[in-house]
Amino acid sequence: MRRRSAAAAILCLAGFAWPGMSSALTGAAPLEEKARAGKAAPAEQRRIRGAYLARAANCMGCHTARAGRPYAGGRSLSTPFGTFITTNITPDMATGIGGWNEEDFWKAMHEGKSRDGRPLYPAFPYTEYTKITREDSDAIFAHLQSLSPVSQKNPSSRIDFPYDFEPLLILWRAVYFKPGVYQPDSLKSREWNRGAYLVQGLGHCSACHTERNPLAVVRGAYDEDSSGAQIMGSNWYAPSLTSSAEAGSAKWPMGEIIRLLTTGVSRLATTSGPMAEVVGQSLQHLTKEDARAMAVYLKSLPESNPRPKAGAPALTEEVQKLFRQGAGIYKRHCQDCHGDAGQGAPGIYPPLAGNRAVTMNPPVNVIRSVLNGGYPPVTAGNPRPYGMPPFAQTLNDGEVALVLSYIRNTWGNRASFVTRAQVDKSREGIH
Amino acid sequence: MKRDIPVTFLFAIALAHAAGFATAATPIEVPNTMAERVKPCVVCHGLEEKTGRGNYYPRIAGKPEGYLFNQLRNFRDGRRYYRPMALLLENLTDQYLLEMAVYFSTLEQPYPPPERVALLPAKTKLAQKLVNEGDPARNIPACTECHGQELMGTAPFVPGLLGLPRVYMIAQFGAWKSGGLMRGQTEDCMSEIAKQLTAEETSAIAAWLASQPVPRNSGPAAGLSAGMAERCAGIVHGGARR
Repeated sequence: MRRRSAAAAILCLAGFAWPGMSSALTGAAPLEEKARAGKAAPAEQRRIRGAYLARAANCMGCHTARAGRPYAGGRSLSTPFGTFITTNITPDMATGIGGWNEEDFWKAMHEGKSRDGRPLYPAFPYTEYTKITREDSDAIFAHLQSLSPVSQKNPSSRIDFPYDFEPLLILWRAVYFKPGVYQPDSLKSREWNRGAYLVQGLGHCSACHTERNPLAVVRGAYDEDSSGAQIMGSNWYAPSLTSSAEAGSAKWPMGEIIRLLTTGVSRLATTSGPMAEVVGQSLQHLTKEDARAMAVYLKSLPESNPRPKAGAPALTEEVQKLFRQGAGIYKRHCQDCHGDAGQGAPGIYPPLAGNRAVTMNPPVNVIRSVLNGGYPPVTAGNPRPYGMPPFAQTLNDGEVALVLSYIRNTWGNRASFVTRAQVDKSREGIH
Repeated sequence: MKRDIPVTFLFAIALAHAAGFATAATPIEVPNTMAERVKPCVVCHGLEEKTGRGNYYPRIAGKPEGYLFNQLRNFRDGRRYYRPMALLLENLTDQYLLEMAVYFSTLEQPYPPPERVALLPAKTKLAQKLVNEGDPARNIPACTECHGQELMGTAPFVPGLLGLPRVYMIAQFGAWKSGGLMRGQTEDCMSEIAKQLTAEETSAIAAWLASQPVPRNSGPAAGLSAGMAERCAGIVHGGARR
């Protein structure tokens, strides 16, 4: 990752627009909004743009409790470091950010510091938001300030020992956090740069798609190449965006990448879990141009070193016998929708043959899919999705392990066994 | 011309590779229907044999549309807590949930035979009294006042009580009492009623209801009395505080 120069930082901090940058990064607002914005006063234009950017950054996703008032906070995020309760970012004077100004907001977004100067925990993804331009930060702030204030006092976060020891956070920041606005790469196209800005900054993709060990400094460096990671405090694995064995899209047609990002389903994959939420709340609202830019950038990411794979079992007579048992379960419960050759119905019921979500390691996502089922998100492009039934009530741990081990090793798939213990662990995973 | 052949060939390989699987088999044909779209629901709420699963899951076919819609939203939004339902519905919009509610409310399915429950005559009498008359001294209305004379529910928000598993009804009484069924809805009528009932009474009611045959050609009653509509304003106004 390139870091921006100190000089540029000072310019940005002082609030100067850097001319080349703002033109390269300015995304097109949706057409109808553009038309409205064209006639509106500059302040109103900025607010409309801010609303769009806040969508792209999915601020609402974390700053809204389940079925709660939008942006009023109160959602709890369980992490190995404690439970973070998101804050109220409506302009309420007492409980929200009504008393903040643009400078305070910028300090939080860009430097990861709260209004009183204290360092923030990176559960708030300032490690990514720092790449957002001052202009965009101000626009998002203008949008937030235009909301109706909601008086809602949320409980404090409960951070566990020793992570509640502030000097540790300061040390972590010193080692792993480098503030800096995204610097366009002059050798790449404007579209690619826009995509990189969206992925690395606003979209904060690496907040999930990269191993993130805040404070656990000894456990390994914060790796900026979107290398895949178990999502903090959940039994979901966010696959690597740079590995062709996981969610790398280098070999995908552009259209399928865009379809997946904006509708939640494609012929090659279906979103579920946290990614379905991101598509439903954020990505489906991107303009065509921005969705395409994101796809251009994602497709261009170079192949990273693959994670070490747990080996596929040798096909001994004993193993074959287990696969035959798995095949029986498959025939009874799965074949109707996924087909006798794992061919599925692309775009509706995902094919299992050659499906990376099926063969991925760790197998947590595929176990979750079988246990809990689920629907891809309702989107404008897929308004009435088909779904997967939950099997937690029907199949026991051993049966889930058998059917998955079979699916992971048939129709050309090869992957490690799924064990009963792995299934059991997923049953009570944090939401 | 010669140069084109390898290029085309490579392109074909790239496509096959991009697709990531060898599609010799024809894709499954998927009917474009609601029945197909609610397949995830019928694993538990369908007609198939449920032996070994405690016979717990309630029947939803034919329940009033408003009731089903409220419950779907309550599950999704965490007001009614049941993790499998919350996970299943988390990505769905009100509009789509309403479509599902309409589908199940109009779905006609045969009812299961009544459960065979050995109930002492005294318990039967207790249950019948509460179901048909309530207990005015404790401000407990008769079940029939809201759930209809035939106990098949009242359109559009009140569910029927017949054709449901005994264990399901006992669990719901317990959840109403503990406040776990409708979190944050203390003003709700049913939780106040359930809190008044003793464990002996709720188990008698659940056993008696589960052992009743479902009347033929019956469905939800037309509407609530003005008194009950006022008392149970929480459900009439959508069960959701919005």
